[in-house]
Amino acid sequence: MKYIDEFRDGALAQRIAAAIAAEADPSRRYSFMEFCGGHTHAISRYGIGDLLPPPVRMVHGPGCPVCVLPIGRLELALQLALERRVVLCTYGDCLRVPASGGLSLLKAKARGADVRMVTSPADALAIARAEPAREVVFFAIGFETTAPPTALVIRDAARERIPNFSVVCNHVLTPAAITHILESPEVRRFGTLLLDGFVGPAHVSTVIGSRPYEFFAEEYGKPVVIAGFEPLDVMQAVLMLLRQVNEGRADVENEFSRAVTRDGNVKAQALVAEVFELRRSFEWRGLGEVPYSALRIREVFADYDAERRFGLVTRPVADNKACECGAILRGVKQPRDCKLFGTVCTPDNPIGSCMVSSEGACAAYYSYGRWREIPGVAEA
Amino acid sequence: MSSVRSGYVRALDIKHGRVDLSHGAGGRAMAQLIEQLFAAAFDNEWLAQRNDAALLQRPDGRIVVSTDGHVVSPLFFPGGDIGCLAVHGTINDVAMLGARPLALSAGFILEEGLPLADLKRIVDSMARAARDAGVPVVTGDTKVVEAGKGDGVFITTTGIGVVPPGITIGGDRARPGDAVLLSGSIGDHGMAVMSQRESLAFGSEIVSDTAALHGLVAAMLAAAPDLRVLRDPTRGGLATTLNEIAAQSNVGMLIDEAAIAVRAQVQAACEFLGLDPLYVANEGKLVAVAPAGSADALLRAMRAHPLAREAALIGSVVDDPHRFVQMRTRFGGRRVVDWLSGDQLPRIC
Repeated sequence: MKYIDEFRDGALAQRIAAAIAAEADPSRRYSFMEFCGGHTHAISRYGIGDLLPPPVRMVHGPGCPVCVLPIGRLELALQLALERRVVLCTYGDCLRVPASGGLSLLKAKARGADVRMVTSPADALAIARAEPAREVVFFAIGFETTAPPTALVIRDAARERIPNFSVVCNHVLTPAAITHILESPEVRRFGTLLLDGFVGPAHVSTVIGSRPYEFFAEEYGKPVVIAGFEPLDVMQAVLMLLRQVNEGRADVENEFSRAVTRDGNVKAQALVAEVFELRRSFEWRGLGEVPYSALRIREVFADYDAERRFGLVTRPVADNKACECGAILRGVKQPRDCKLFGTVCTPDNPIGSCMVSSEGACAAYYSYGRWREIPGVAEA
Repeated sequence: MSSVRSGYVRALDIKHGRVDLSHGAGGRAMAQLIEQLFAAAFDNEWLAQRNDAALLQRPDGRIVVSTDGHVVSPLFFPGGDIGCLAVHGTINDVAMLGARPLALSAGFILEEGLPLADLKRIVDSMARAARDAGVPVVTGDTKVVEAGKGDGVFITTTGIGVVPPGITIGGDRARPGDAVLLSGSIGDHGMAVMSQRESLAFGSEIVSDTAALHGLVAAMLAAAPDLRVLRDPTRGGLATTLNEIAAQSNVGMLIDEAAIAVRAQVQAACEFLGLDPLYVANEGKLVAVAPAGSADALLRAMRAHPLAREAALIGSVVDDPHRFVQMRTRFGGRRVVDWLSGDQLPRIC
């Protein structure tokens, strides 16, 4: 199929795999973090791990919006749906995330809450227009990619003076999280987590451009390759990172030149800046408080901020003590290092956030790759 | 005793009328609905007897029975509707044990307010599907629920069939070394329905593959009487069906992504919504497991049938106590094709 099969071509993959194997120095190790869950998913789904030589290791990063959403924030959605009886609209990914007491939005729906899955915030605004007697709240999650459409509906709602629509804004920012990982003790001091470079998410960069990553390359000496989500994109990005490391370079390179520019989508950036401002700090599940890592709705649009409108207060909720999601999201541990993985924590009964979304490292591992751990099966 | 003058009782207003609670109350309105709509459409000797049950001749052989509730939304979708789906679905469940389907029963739960025109369209489609398949609807039931307590119409059909001598088919019969075959492209039905859903509606030419497969099954059994497993990958798609067979037979499977046909439009719609076609429903496809030696004959017989022109050998059964379904990806890697957890939901990015 046009624009899909071209990027999943097996023969071409073998050629890139051969180039990667030739480039990788067998006497050393290379660890590259794919920041985004979309890449984690692609690596697992297409079996890219099988095509990489032993010295090259992929570390799964925290770029899965559902995975990093703290339980306390999810409970705001549950509270709105169950106690305030609003029409709670959100993306499909959010519905199954477990909160405390085994509750999720899907289970709240079964208890009579009006929870609706939408594929765009515009659908939520349309519901508000169609049902003026109901309070309609859009529970917004996601990185820089989904922030512009949220900003757009808030601006539209304000222009049309729609009184029954508001948004809980949980949008988070990629560069802040990468800085946080690079500043973490595992990387800075103990050297337990070796990171030789990053695969940057292309869809984020279609909005923010490649420029924000130049800082990491300069300040931390880590190469960044911005890559698309097709398997060949990921393979090519790994090859580009390897070449940079071997040549002693730390540049920002753009594998996804078919859509990403240095400056990104300036219009979308202006829209986001008009509606949102930086939060001083925001909790990420697994990473803890990360300074200047999230967006909130500006004062001028306060009427459309559900947190203000409903006087919501976020209470921190601790994760299961045995859950290793935090270490996994920072790239310090692998899913199999967690005692809960595959025993009590499975995609059908997720304990930690990494098991919830198909983009989470644990779910991807469990669904696509757990046979690798079992002797005999892998060789079959 | 004088009878009501003809013309005095008004005929059912199918054009503008709607289902109301009296249509399920057991009185004249219900009798009229059955007479003018259901019996008129299905029109066969068993219904003509006007009994609450159908009297059938005892078939010669082992009897198969299966039942299936249909709750599709929207009721009409490209390539079909809930009516023909209710006929095909149950015929296929009966056929998947190698049986020749003999008769169907149909239970309707109608929601108050359903336009009679819609009901007629559904019942006519059902009658057409039953007639084309040569499997009569011999008995039925109608209930009406209050507005808001149904989704237009729910249809439960039960089918009976008879298995020819010498044929034994079951989900527990796959053996290591067996061939796994698939009758055609996957994901068409699920994406056809999804393209019509209010929140996702997208323009496409995807058409449901809904079809009765008993004719195909008969042709396959003639070519390969040693066929071991047949199953139609409906809800949960091909991935779920393969996992069910692996679990029932206590084996693993190794399949080849490149051998599995997915139409370009279905592939595009799945990409767009972040869905995996392996988990999307089909209503006119089947998976077959047969001894490797019979695979060629089976494949030839399938490809000679109009409902399986694109049939393909997609993999083999392997010895694996963990019962994994593994797939060689088109890309050259290998991965597990797992059970679906929860519902398949569109992803945000």
